[in-house]
Amino acid sequence: MRLLFDNSTPGTDPFSPENPLILTTGPLSGTMAPTGGNGHAFVAKSPLTFGVGEAKSHGFFGTELKRAGYDAIIFSNASDKPVYVWVDDDSIQLMDARHLWGKSPRETEEAIRDELGDYYVRVAAIGLAGEKKARPACIINDVSRAAGRTGMGAVMGSKNLKAVAVRGTNDVNVAKPDEFMTFVKEMHERMKGPATAKYKTLGTPLNVLVHNSLGALPTRNFTNAVFEGAEKVSGEYLNEKFVAKIDGCSSCAMRCEHLAAVNEGPYKGTTCRVEYEPLWAFGPHCGVDRLDAIIKAMDLCNYYGLDNLSTGNAVGFAMDLYEHKILSKEDTGGVDLRFGNAEAMVDLVHKIGKREDLGDILAEGVRLAAQKIGKGADKFANHIKGLEMTGYDIRGLKTAAIGYAVSFRGADHNRHGAYAADLKGTVDRFKVEKGRSKIVTDIEDLYAVIDSLIVCKFSRGVYYKEYEDLAKYYELVTGLEMKAEELKRTGERINVLGRLMNIREGFTRKDDHMPPKVMSTPIPDNTVSKGSFVSQKELDFMLDDYYAQRGWTNLGVPTPEKLKELGMEELTPIVERKI
Amino acid sequence: MTTIHDRKFVSSDPEKCVGCCVCEYACSFEKEKSFNPVKSRIRAVRLPPVINMALTCRLCEDAPCVAACPRDALTQSTETGVIIVDGDKCNGCGWCIEACDYGAIMLHPEKKVVFVCDLCEGKPKCVEWCPEEALKLVTADVLAQKARITAVKKLFQESVQPKK
Repeated sequence: MRLLFDNSTPGTDPFSPENPLILTTGPLSGTMAPTGGNGHAFVAKSPLTFGVGEAKSHGFFGTELKRAGYDAIIFSNASDKPVYVWVDDDSIQLMDARHLWGKSPRETEEAIRDELGDYYVRVAAIGLAGEKKARPACIINDVSRAAGRTGMGAVMGSKNLKAVAVRGTNDVNVAKPDEFMTFVKEMHERMKGPATAKYKTLGTPLNVLVHNSLGALPTRNFTNAVFEGAEKVSGEYLNEKFVAKIDGCSSCAMRCEHLAAVNEGPYKGTTCRVEYEPLWAFGPHCGVDRLDAIIKAMDLCNYYGLDNLSTGNAVGFAMDLYEHKILSKEDTGGVDLRFGNAEAMVDLVHKIGKREDLGDILAEGVRLAAQKIGKGADKFANHIKGLEMTGYDIRGLKTAAIGYAVSFRGADHNRHGAYAADLKGTVDRFKVEKGRSKIVTDIEDLYAVIDSLIVCKFSRGVYYKEYEDLAKYYELVTGLEMKAEELKRTGERINVLGRLMNIREGFTRKDDHMPPKVMSTPIPDNTVSKGSFVSQKELDFMLDDYYAQRGWTNLGVPTPEKLKELGMEELTPIVERKI
Repeated sequence: MTTIHDRKFVSSDPEKCVGCCVCEYACSFEKEKSFNPVKSRIRAVRLPPVINMALTCRLCEDAPCVAACPRDALTQSTETGVIIVDGDKCNGCGWCIEACDYGAIMLHPEKKVVFVCDLCEGKPKCVEWCPEEALKLVTADVLAQKARITAVKKLFQESVQPKK
């Protein structure tokens, strides 16, 4: 993020050549650190939020890049014809990619490996959606791993950059090898325990029935919070009927990658990695209870290089508009786009990927699509800062609601994880109260550190001592002294930096908002969360409380004193005019 | 002198292997004190979407790599079956690499001589580290035993399953 900050100017169009696309590895990349060894991140100004965009991915690509000897690569400017970048240890070449244009990320990966004649080349590529600058486009590496959110694939497409191919053959060494190995062994042992059990057994789709029973499963574009078809799209059913194999990433001692195969019906032969969020986006969120169609839709997202979450949101949004007669059968090309129509959903993903018909509008993301459609469509566009929602019904998860509202990435559960307190029941999740923000800032700061180390969030449970364990990792690998306290401060600095970057782009308090239906549609279902929603008064209270907790002004601007305290004085000019 | 029946080698169970490459890291760290799969004696192979397996030296009887070496740089231990590389004789010509059906013998990226699994003096680090317990140090006979038991279990299961 800091590299983006230093290498860009505010007000730049995300698709302009002046918007740099930054690819980084983490400090642990290339080492044996489980999950930390294999991560990478893409950062750029987001075409969805027009603020900070960033997405991380794991697999094998990041570790290869580190072995090639790179901590970060900045792609500035744009190519006038399709190219891919071939990083072969010290050598970097721009290669012709005209023959790859239109191919899926996986086809691109295979084609590049074939033409370079090295089967250990790792590739991160965009699909057709990225080429056509569909705003929710992602960047996919190692077949099924995506830097998914905030439209990084569209930025890559705007540069005519089809793929990055990497081969690294150098050693990666750590500062204190023997102590490091002892610590890694300890992590391996912890990963065999309960902290990672969920990911190794049913996987994240376990959430379906949990959220459903709590009345927190957003259904039909946040119309309901309970899905009558939940059993049929549950993690339990999925694993019993569809999961063929569970794989792991490079250097990981867990394994989470649930590979599902469809063995019968119209989508027979489809295989795809499954997780809760995509399953939610195409399942409950679209009112669809057919796992075969959901798996097909996910597979198509991988094929076109689309973020599952934003795409599923766009489909559900369009279905809601159709149900409310804002979109007619004429608009949908004769398709009966009611909630629950599985074939129509799959069809619409094709159209978004190819930017055809209605899909062309939806490929702008729900915020801009709503503007284009008009007729009050914005009341159904569930996004925050332009980024589409994720599978937590924050109408009845009010600690999480704070985290969502303020996240610099937009509607996002991954940078704060504040839903944990609500779901575990350690707080009254229907209540808004003073001090709740402390839970949010604490976890935001920790998650910022986890994200910057590019350690997988699924492993978060094994850092029993949180900052202390993470600081130890950092110290053993880099040899630089790191204390838990300093690392916590770093977490805060990262969150402040994200905030400042958005402020620099003109973001204000009103950008810390809720998705419209979270405020307009109380949960109607006969369940524990019945009647719950977030009112304007509650949102104001949350924001006041959060800003106060952060030591920011009531406009959500970090004060010069705060910046000084964090050693970020040089950024004071950004806030001076805003206070 | 022991025969092929007693020789233990590292075998990977594709049912358990998840393709995480922890074995590669453990090996390169043990042998070279660095994290670099290119210097690992064991290599994981992933064929998407669902196939994973790690491969290393299988200590073949009358090992083809030894036979292929034009410089007599390779010998096979009569005791353990491990392939021993004479670094002074090897010139990295690669005949042994071509002869090996498993890609288990490789050219070292810096030393320019070939290298191969030496079983870590009977306690392979890859086996110790494998988080999925997919790697085992076994004899061919034990593998056959396991295969037989699995096969019979399957037959038995099928016979007791209700007819559809």
